[in-house]
Amino acid sequence: MSIDLILFLILAVVAVATALGMLLSKNAVYSALFLVLNFAAIAVFYLLLGAPFIAISQVTVYAGAIMVLFLFVIMLLGAETLAPSKVLRGQGWAAFGLAVVLVAETVYLLVSRHAAVGVIARPDAFLNTMDSLREIGKALFIQYLLPFEVTSILLLVAMVGAIVLTRREKGG
Amino acid sequence: MVDISYYILLSAVLFTIGAVGVLVRRNPLIIFMSVELMLNAANLAFVSFASMHGSLDGQIFVFFVMTVAAAEVAVGLALIVQIFKSRHSINVDEMNSLKG
Repeated sequence: MSIDLILFLILAVVAVATALGMLLSKNAVYSALFLVLNFAAIAVFYLLLGAPFIAISQVTVYAGAIMVLFLFVIMLLGAETLAPSKVLRGQGWAAFGLAVVLVAETVYLLVSRHAAVGVIARPDAFLNTMDSLREIGKALFIQYLLPFEVTSILLLVAMVGAIVLTRREKGG
Repeated sequence: MVDISYYILLSAVLFTIGAVGVLVRRNPLIIFMSVELMLNAANLAFVSFASMHGSLDGQIFVFFVMTVAAAEVAVGLALIVQIFKSRHSINVDEMNSLKG
């Protein structure tokens, strides 16, 4: 058993356990903190896969910005816990059954097409960190320049939308 | 050397947990978090395939997915705050009218 596989298994257990914790916590603040831990575990996966830029973006954007926004809104609304209300009966069991079906389908696809999938080489075999950053910069600003600029417009629209939605009406 | 099917299996499990969260939980904030978990599972699959092929395009896609997720969360949380202001409750079962 190689060291990569041991690392993978430990991180996979952490990721699945924190995802389940997010799903099952009664308190929304605990859910958010579990999700932060899950994002951190996935960031380490990105490092293992030889994607340092994505790993750092994951930590700053997801675990940093997005989850802080979530925690801020949870505490602002005081929505840590909601009174349970059951409108649809048996919905939980139906969701659980459909989830089992989804996982079973994926496993079947993986098993039936195992020849088509490959093995991940050691990431540093083809790129070290600086080279990887340089190549991402080149791809982002040459090949994907238009999507990159459209993204900036999208962020501007989202910012204006959030401000307009939460603005307080002056003078009724 | 880790077989890529392990990564895809992990990604599928995380995606399924996120989907169950969207279906089962009644707090819109936790539903949003579950959507983020599903996006992350897809990102993990993107990066592992990119790593298998030795190409960077998958990582660029993940970058764009993160940007869109940030925009979605900003607007979605603003909507939730507005709904809370007008109805004093954010249970999704009680959001059954378009006009507040």
